[in-house]
Amino acid sequence: MTENAQLHDLVGRGYQHGFVTDIESETLPPGLDENVVRTISRIKREPMFLTEWRLQAFRHWLSLREPTWAHVRAEPIDYQSISYYSAPKVKTDGPKSLDEVDPRLLETYEKLGVPLHERARLAGVAVDAVFDSVSVATTFKDRLEKAGVIFCSFSDAVQKHPELLEQYLGSVVPLTDNFYACLNSAVFSDGSFVYIPKGVRCPMELSTYFRINAAKTGQFERTLIVADQGSHVSYLEGCTAPMRDENQLHAAVVELVAMDDAEIKYSTVQNWYPGDENGVGGIYNFVTKRGECRGRNSRISWTQVETGSAITWKYPGCVLRGENSVGEFYSVALANHCQQADTGTKMIHIGANTRSTIVSKGISAGRGQNTYRGLVKILSTAQGARNFTQCDSLLMGDRCGAHTFPYVEVKNPTAIVEHEASTSRISEDQLFYCLQRGISEEDAVNMIVNGFCKSVFKELPMEFAVEAQNLLAVSLEGAVG
Amino acid sequence: MTEIQAMLSIKDLRTTVGSRKVLDGLSLQVSAGEVHAIMGPNGSGKSTLAFTLAGRPGYDVTGGSVSYCGEDLLSLEPEARAQRGLFLGFQYPVEIPGVNNVYLLKAALNAARKQRGLPEVDALEFLMLVREKMKIMQMDESFLSRGVNEGFSGGEKKRNEILQMLVLEPSLAVLDEADSGLDIDALKVVANGVNALRAPDRAIVLVTHYQRLLDYIKPDRVHVLACGKIIRSGGPELARELEARGYDWLLIEAA
Ligand SMILES: Nc1ncnc2c1ncn2[C@@H]1O[C@H](COP(=O)(O)OP(=O)(O)OP(=O)(O)O)[C@@H](O)[C@H]1O
Ligand SMILES: [Mg+2]
Repeated sequence: MTENAQLHDLVGRGYQHGFVTDIESETLPPGLDENVVRTISRIKREPMFLTEWRLQAFRHWLSLREPTWAHVRAEPIDYQSISYYSAPKVKTDGPKSLDEVDPRLLETYEKLGVPLHERARLAGVAVDAVFDSVSVATTFKDRLEKAGVIFCSFSDAVQKHPELLEQYLGSVVPLTDNFYACLNSAVFSDGSFVYIPKGVRCPMELSTYFRINAAKTGQFERTLIVADQGSHVSYLEGCTAPMRDENQLHAAVVELVAMDDAEIKYSTVQNWYPGDENGVGGIYNFVTKRGECRGRNSRISWTQVETGSAITWKYPGCVLRGENSVGEFYSVALANHCQQADTGTKMIHIGANTRSTIVSKGISAGRGQNTYRGLVKILSTAQGARNFTQCDSLLMGDRCGAHTFPYVEVKNPTAIVEHEASTSRISEDQLFYCLQRGISEEDAVNMIVNGFCKSVFKELPMEFAVEAQNLLAVSLEGAVG
Repeated sequence: MTEIQAMLSIKDLRTTVGSRKVLDGLSLQVSAGEVHAIMGPNGSGKSTLAFTLAGRPGYDVTGGSVSYCGEDLLSLEPEARAQRGLFLGFQYPVEIPGVNNVYLLKAALNAARKQRGLPEVDALEFLMLVREKMKIMQMDESFLSRGVNEGFSGGEKKRNEILQMLVLEPSLAVLDEADSGLDIDALKVVANGVNALRAPDRAIVLVTHYQRLLDYIKPDRVHVLACGKIIRSGGPELARELEARGYDWLLIEAA
């Protein structure tokens, strides 16, 4: 029996979050023009500066073309056929507490394993849940407020903390940054906002759960996290979507700002609907994530487990401006069936003695195409900067692909940049060894793949590491054949 | 007197690897409580026999039969054979990076327990069991948390195989060159481990090239595998004779 045939027998449990919630929503008709941008801004009762900012982005976006350099093949997106705003219908302005949230929404999140009832949260994770375009609930508000932490939906932040938004919004990812970020800046609907005041260690994990429900809508959320001097926060983001046979666009922007001695740990478990085995449907995940270590000794750490989406296009990066600041990127990306992942990171070293670590684990199975694309840029000011990059690919079967594009630009001779790369397969020897110990083929494959990803999983918060392992197992079902 | 069925009964076994006929009419009986040694020149098919018994893909059985504990062994999947107490000690144990040694061991034990309708082993009990067996194998606790065979020396890998065997307590252990690459002290440790498993309800098949191992583990029977079959069987004295005379005389006799 060949390796392929051996691995083939895995039973298909398939995508488990593919249901649709039957809920009445208010959706803008498809199409995009200045009027739509103004309407979104009006629905959100935004201050002038924000409306102007959106319009500026929109006008700039009109002059941009979609990037074509990624190693992916995508159906062209008709931006006029997408609806840019969809919200579950509510009588009042928005739920003030969980009791006002539509029970069907709460049920949806229960099904997804994200119970919003505070009592049910044993782990003590505060959750902001975003359903299509709007945030439906933020838990644990009181406890966080006591610590001085601001954790709320972006819409709430617009009302309550406009000065913070004006100061930080677009300061890491400028509205002109790239095609998708620019589009997001024009039409973003909701997302999360976090502010950790000076010296505060956030008392619990913060987390946002994104859910696309409505058909023919795009999701454009925006997350902004500001960690003031000496503060500390760990943030987790999870995502799912129903199974639909058209492609849906998700173009998010995440901005992180870490001041002196501050630390932000941002973990993502991305499980958007990947499309079916033949590549029909699935989410186009075109996301811009960037953190700036603005202060000395600050640290930003990205950990991502990317198992979903038809196409993933994201490069969470760090701008290491502050002296001695540290940027980290730990990634597991899986491309099974017809999925395409083009992901990696950008580490921009500006300050002296800045350090960055990149660990990327790419798994390709089925006809999946997995690309690591990473930029390490060391400016002339970055005396003594260091980077270590490790980039490993695991192939399952012979119809998938793994590609590596490391870009390195070093302008300071004192910098040290190291790069290690490997490509391997699950060997028949390893598989048979496990079988001979009585372990089933499915468990053996999962064990070996998890072993491969270990150095990334150990960076995840405990409860999510377990979730990530399970997710990987499900996503690998019927992996090769 | 009724005839007692041997634990392992191989009849006229034929195995093809790639395009090569390696086993060509091999027969062998091993009863519970016995230790059998299999010797033979390089490339004669000793590992092929071990892999065929364990059900390795690519080792195609073209004829013959194997019964194990009254079951048709060849009809079982490799993991089912293992769960029923067939253990193969590999000549070249493979490394599985990132997979915790003790994690694999626990999964293996639980798979066998599940097959027997037993609940999963208690975590604490398991740890105590492993510690006890590690003492026999004189292995440091640090091996528990390392990846499976990851960066182990040749001798350490062999010890790890025997450790796994002791924890899993198989009914039939086929040990493929458990002694190769071991220093003198390690050889004794491995032999001790194997002897610790000996019991009236278990059988052990040792593949080896040297008499030394058999000084420590006394076999009941010694067989010579050549030309795809067992060409000679005898008691422990056969191994000593081979040590002194080599295989040529047997091969000439067989031809
Ligand atoms: N895939 C293969 N294709 C062709 N021939 C093979 C293949 N695998 C093994 N063989 C051959 O089968 C024969 C038996 O190999 P095997 O490993 O069983 O020998 P062995 O008795 O264990 O030898 P050693 O004492 O060196 O371990 C050898 O001649 C070997 O080259
Ligand atoms: Mg051999």
